[in-house]
Amino acid sequence: MIELRYFAWLRERVGTGHETVETGATTVAELIEELKARDEGYAFAFSDLKAIRAAVDQDLVDLDAPIAGAKEVAFFPPMTGG
Amino acid sequence: MPEIIVQSDPFDMGERLNRFAARQANAGAVVSFSGIVRDVATGDLDAMEIEHYPGMTEKALEKIAEEAMTRWQLADAFILHRYGRMGQGETIMMVATAARHRADAFAAAEFLMDYLKSRAPFWKKEITGEGAAWVAARDEDEDALTRWQQQ
Repeated sequence: MIELRYFAWLRERVGTGHETVETGATTVAELIEELKARDEGYAFAFSDLKAIRAAVDQDLVDLDAPIAGAKEVAFFPPMTGG
Repeated sequence: MPEIIVQSDPFDMGERLNRFAARQANAGAVVSFSGIVRDVATGDLDAMEIEHYPGMTEKALEKIAEEAMTRWQLADAFILHRYGRMGQGETIMMVATAARHRADAFAAAEFLMDYLKSRAPFWKKEITGEGAAWVAARDEDEDALTRWQQQ
């Protein structure tokens, strides 16, 4: 079981801020493909991968990063702090 | 140790800066930057809302501050960033750096800002009479990081 978190417009498009899922994915990118296959909302949210950032256990990673042993994976758009 | 504060409440940047400067024993230079909520081009901003990722936010800011402490001869660093709803003219965030000499303090403050803008998990949303819109990240913000990576 893995905890998923969504932020900003990704959260709005997916329709939830967090959920727990069972996954066979080994990388962030594979996890995204699984999510996209779920329904149109997820497919739309993840349609432009260039606009997606991910964090594994609260560390920013590339989309090809492994998720083995991860407790929490978060997805969000490019950050706009400051 | 750099001090990192993430809060929703408004803060007094003058008071924060004075407090930061007062605790420096070994610094001849203090530099600060503050980010303020500005109006949108159409002039009808009602509010700005900032979402963040509790836990990761603090971790990312600490990492950025520690990197600055390593790269420059800094005596101290301070980052305060708000989240939640705020009105035009309110202070969103501030950074401050202290060093023996100003060059390190200036460079480190700019580094903190460049990294914080696109590596700390905050997202801004502008609420206007027309509705609400997420602020898009700018290519220049990402380019600003390249400059530090080449050094």
